[in-house]
Amino acid sequence: MDINTIKSAENLVYAKPRLLNDRTMHYCPGCSHGVVHRLIAELLDEMGQADNTIAVAPVGCAVFAYNYIDVDWIEAAHGRAPAVATAAKRLNPSRLVFTYQGDGDLAAIGTAETIHAANRGENITIIFINNGIYGMTGGQMAPTTLEGMKTSTTPYGRRIDLNGYPLNITPLLAQLPGTCYVTRQSVHTPATVARAKKALRRAFENSLAGRGTSVVEILSTCSSGWKMSPVKSNKWMEEHMMPSYPLGDIKAADRPE
Amino acid sequence: MNSQSVDEAKHEEVRLMKGNEAIAHAAIRYGVDGYFGYPITPQSEVLETLEALRPWETTGMTVLQAESEVASINMVYGGAATGKAVMTSSSSPGISLMCEGLSYIAACELPALVVNVMRGGPGLGTIQPSQSDYFQATKGGGHGDYHFIVLAPSTVQEMADFVGLGFDLAFKYRTPAMILADGIVGQMMEKVILPPQRKRRTDAEIAEMCPWAATGDPRGRKPNTITSLELDSATMEQNNLRYQATYRRIEQSEQRCVEYLTDDAEYLVVAFGSVARICQKAIDDARAEGVRIGLLRPITLWPFPSDAIAALTPRIKGILVVELNAGQMIEDVRLASLCRVPVHHYGRLGGIVPNPGEITRELNRLFPEAFDASNKK
Repeated sequence: MDINTIKSAENLVYAKPRLLNDRTMHYCPGCSHGVVHRLIAELLDEMGQADNTIAVAPVGCAVFAYNYIDVDWIEAAHGRAPAVATAAKRLNPSRLVFTYQGDGDLAAIGTAETIHAANRGENITIIFINNGIYGMTGGQMAPTTLEGMKTSTTPYGRRIDLNGYPLNITPLLAQLPGTCYVTRQSVHTPATVARAKKALRRAFENSLAGRGTSVVEILSTCSSGWKMSPVKSNKWMEEHMMPSYPLGDIKAADRPE
Repeated sequence: MNSQSVDEAKHEEVRLMKGNEAIAHAAIRYGVDGYFGYPITPQSEVLETLEALRPWETTGMTVLQAESEVASINMVYGGAATGKAVMTSSSSPGISLMCEGLSYIAACELPALVVNVMRGGPGLGTIQPSQSDYFQATKGGGHGDYHFIVLAPSTVQEMADFVGLGFDLAFKYRTPAMILADGIVGQMMEKVILPPQRKRRTDAEIAEMCPWAATGDPRGRKPNTITSLELDSATMEQNNLRYQATYRRIEQSEQRCVEYLTDDAEYLVVAFGSVARICQKAIDDARAEGVRIGLLRPITLWPFPSDAIAALTPRIKGILVVELNAGQMIEDVRLASLCRVPVHHYGRLGGIVPNPGEITRELNRLFPEAFDASNKK
């Protein structure tokens, strides 16, 4: 079959989202960031928010998120995205404002900003990529690194007596009255991708409707940091990450029964 | 009273208030979009006054007590990135926490206003007045090669006036500006004429005035990204050269100072902020003894008024720099005078404020020939 026949319009079942540009991504093969970026780009377009969004990028692997999704971005200092988003939203209340943060950014250096923005009930969405490791700096221990997990700063595995416990921060955020919707998703199978997209849409809708802070944690893989193939990373995440960080809605106060 | 004088009285509106309160009133009247701050002595009245005045009900200004100075300055960063006129205020230890954010704001070329009502350090130090953050304010404070405009008020009136001046300069050059006050100016009450109420800029005006801003609506332009990150060294060098070019333009155009009795002066005192007013009394006393001495009070600490000092230097026999620190601005005075005249320092530390008498005594000790000559006349 000729390539042009294959590419014909009637065979089109999926296209790259309009807001996702053609720049070559710096993410490693198997990394979850690319899928989450795609979902965000799709949703912003589908929800008519391309001309109404202020996105806040973190420090970490997703620092360059602004290179790939064509909306207005602010690149925050490490951990400060929720503070940056707080002002962006309060001063531009009609905009959709979201942060995109990793585990080190959100749950270590930025814990204070995260908790206080959520506790104030800022009308923003916090997208939390949890892969249990610092990817950008070369695979060091993250606050969410599992007990026994090897990283470059826990080369013999995380020890509770030396390094403390993994910080399961999302349920903690769910306890705050300012959060309306707190959920944990993943993007490692077609079914979970579809569910993650639904969760992100719901969070964005909450932000636009002014219901309070929405937190969407996305359990993610880091093939380079974990030193595994993409396929093995997905399996490892299911077997090791999910028992500690189970998927599903943690708080759904945005839709009172 | 006829109607014209009623209008004038309305416009003039002389009020009695603290310097910190004047900052808050002036911010609302300038049409500031957002204030983000954290309590710290001796400047908490700025946030308290704003909360009491409830400007969100009148001008629509946002006021928020943040969880820390770190959060405050990053809220300022976020607001400024969207083109809004935003500000914060703090005192010395809080400004130290803000220095990372200030570096980012400078690197992203964002306009913003920061007020530092200085207290004595280092460390937790004292809540009494000081000028020991001169280096931090004028030489950068945070990491990287950057400057921002630093204004030094010496009266409550200047506290009010420099809010507008600070924002005007910040937006003109796309740089942060700082009002570097000391605890005396922040806490003392004086008469002040507040500026007239201006309207906050509309979103359309911001889009027009700040085409670089991440307003969230990229229609008619490419999407904007506010970032200080650039991994390509060649591009990063160009970014730095662009910052430096802005700083040279500011140095050329924005040096400000006030001179007092310098026309025939043979000796010069250089002092800023509240200390300059104490020095003025000392100079009046020395003049009464026939000493030809004058005062130069920098209004801008960065850019430092080097040109004015250089112009005075050829006919000056000696300079005394008086500061509430161990000797910081003196370095810039020495550079400006190219060390062609002796430059001395007199400073009090730890929150102690000198009286005019001890400055006169110091002048007498340093420049006895000036006082001897005047006695012989």
